[in-house]
Amino acid sequence: MGSVRKAVGTRVVAAVSAALSLALVAGCGGGDGESGKTDDGKTKITMGLFGVMGFKETELLKRYMKENPDVVVEADVAGDEQTYYTALQTRLAAGSGLKDIQGIEIGRAKELVDTQADKFADLSDVDGIDHFLPWKLSQVTTPKDKIIGLGTDIGPMAVCYRKDLFEKAGLPGDREEVAKLWENDWSEYVETGKKFKKGLKDDKAAYLDSASGLFNAMIYGNSEQFYDKDGELIHTSNPAVQEAWDLASETATAGLTAKLRQFQPGWDPGLANSTFATTVCPAWMLAHISEKAGPENKGKWDVAEAPKGANWGGSFLGVMDSSPVKEEAKKLVAWLTAPEQQAYLFQELGNFPSSEEALKDPAVSGAKSEYFNDAPIGEIFGAAAKDIPEEQVLGRKDGTIKDIFSQGLQLIEQGKSPSEARKTTNERIEKAVG
Amino acid sequence: MATSTSVPPADGPQDAPADAPGGPGSGGSKDTRQRRRNLFHRLDVGAAPYTFIAPFFVIFAAFSFYPLLYTSWISLHDVELATMDVMVWQGLQNYTELLQDERFWNAVANTATIGVISAVPQLLMALGLAHLLNYRMRGSAFFRVAALTPYATSVGAAALVFTMLFERDFGMINWFLSLFGFDNVDWESQKWPAQFAISSIVIWRWTGYNALLYLAAMQAIPKDRYEAAAIDGATRWQQFRTVTIPGIRPTIVFTIVLSTIGSTQLFGEPLIFGQGPNGITGGVNNQYQTLGLLLYEEGWKNYQMGRAATVAWTMFLLLILVFVAQRLIKRLMASRQAAARPGPAAPPPASPSSSSLSSSSS
Repeated sequence: MGSVRKAVGTRVVAAVSAALSLALVAGCGGGDGESGKTDDGKTKITMGLFGVMGFKETELLKRYMKENPDVVVEADVAGDEQTYYTALQTRLAAGSGLKDIQGIEIGRAKELVDTQADKFADLSDVDGIDHFLPWKLSQVTTPKDKIIGLGTDIGPMAVCYRKDLFEKAGLPGDREEVAKLWENDWSEYVETGKKFKKGLKDDKAAYLDSASGLFNAMIYGNSEQFYDKDGELIHTSNPAVQEAWDLASETATAGLTAKLRQFQPGWDPGLANSTFATTVCPAWMLAHISEKAGPENKGKWDVAEAPKGANWGGSFLGVMDSSPVKEEAKKLVAWLTAPEQQAYLFQELGNFPSSEEALKDPAVSGAKSEYFNDAPIGEIFGAAAKDIPEEQVLGRKDGTIKDIFSQGLQLIEQGKSPSEARKTTNERIEKAVG
Repeated sequence: MATSTSVPPADGPQDAPADAPGGPGSGGSKDTRQRRRNLFHRLDVGAAPYTFIAPFFVIFAAFSFYPLLYTSWISLHDVELATMDVMVWQGLQNYTELLQDERFWNAVANTATIGVISAVPQLLMALGLAHLLNYRMRGSAFFRVAALTPYATSVGAAALVFTMLFERDFGMINWFLSLFGFDNVDWESQKWPAQFAISSIVIWRWTGYNALLYLAAMQAIPKDRYEAAAIDGATRWQQFRTVTIPGIRPTIVFTIVLSTIGSTQLFGEPLIFGQGPNGITGGVNNQYQTLGLLLYEEGWKNYQMGRAATVAWTMFLLLILVFVAQRLIKRLMASRQAAARPGPAAPPPASPSSSSLSSSSS
């Protein structure tokens, strides 16, 4: 009897272990079904976000849930956009694991429009979305007029500078006079840097943080950057790229840069410890600077207008076509990107509105930054936003190409000749994109 | 696994007599039941072991074997992650291009140099540490656990802390060097400082782990060998060289194999050390790009899955090549040793080490 029971026991164990192993394997296919309904019958909307888009960080999502008691919103925020986008692509390819709402960074917009548009819901039929800046939604509109995302913020640019260091170097400190120093052209900004370096004898502070910051600012002021309207690569032939490269590499060879990488180690303590005096700053960077430079540098930093308008960054919110709560998700996205919410996020975090209506809001246009010496940031960035080219051609691999260019400029900072660095850069782009 | 295979022979003979009298005693219609029971029994005896080992093989097939095959298929195509359904046949072009790509050879060289400058000091230090831990001393358990804590730390956390220590302007190591009048070293952007910094992370993490492996082997060495050596007048150092080292030789070979595999797969440390885009490319000049990073760059920065798969397969083939070469050299040396000195002492240390080798390389 004992042996029979033992046999049954083995059989059960064997069956269970076989079933378990099959379940383990099968388990990877599923894993969906997170969204839809909660146990108590509420509508559950999931979001995948990256960086500091502000919806979770401020009270916005909580407020939406309060106003809509039958909706629960869960947001997942990835710190790093690269990681986020990789996961998003894998999930799009696999067709599972997607959230109802996914954030889209501007550098990825074109690729998603080109390759994944059918997986996103069409947002062109959403009511009240005619308040965006004219070029904003066109960046995520397919040739068939399908809109795959609604705009969150944009990144008009100015120059953040250290008032005290400028005065120490014998340059004016007032933001209007500083803006006049480079009123006409970015090359005047570099000329000012040379004067700064001469004037600041004993201090070790560099004029700007990184050559790539200047490069980005110049590139993003053109309607065509690395790709032309037909989607062809023009990074070697576009004169705007050449001009930006030449000027940025001049700052490197003239020893004007602190040889730092933006948002990487060394840059943050550099902000706090005054290793550089200027950085070209899109509106969203102000929050980062004030946080990292810390209270002891309050009032030392200031913001001046850049010589030319440019747009660096800005994101979108898209809804997945496969989402079981598509209509509710669309409503949420429309609400989150509505003018009032954009204006609120600007006041809270400095994310600059992509909504024309929000820009007219006196709370935005009249905004001042206490940290930046009471600079009228609403006015400065508002003017910069108007100066952004009406049409901006995005390319599929803009993000990758931008990274390769900034690494090329770092090569110059490390002592390579500009022509050699450019050659390496072009080869790398060919390898990465071709 | 060992128990499941030993069950059927033990169970079989016992079961058979227990079933046989049960069958006829229960009546005519029970005949089919009897047959069914026999079938079950045969299934039980025959299939149970396979079912028991199934989980491993099913999971292996799903997560290792299938990906392996799929990767090799992808490596013959031009595929992007965003458009996985569009595959353009390339044949072996990806491979020929990779072999002509200077980034690949640069990565091979970096993997080798970082591997050597991390594995060699790490194993030597582990040996010394194990020797010290092997002494009778107070709180030895504490020191043994302490030696293992770096290994228990995650790569991410360790690499992040070291990145801050090696930071150019405000890092603690440059601060320390400046006390002696040295200029700030730009650890990240220069080749050898960067490789040194990365290997220091590896050394820090693995030294204690290897030391404990050595310690375990050292404790298995009979004490009387030391006593005999001491009576013969051997110093501590001589004892270490002539008793300890030969006594733990198989373990040493084992750790060398482990660190070789580890070095080939080096990835997390340089990725985090570089931070951001520079981590992925192993520095702006690829000065510390390892094979693992090259694979990552192709796959998860450029999203060229075909080329990433090619790197993966080439890495796999390289590892096989290294081990075949290593086995050949070993055999050559063993035969030469045997020819030179046909004593009984030569073969025994060779055979356990070669068996541990094959088990870990498979």
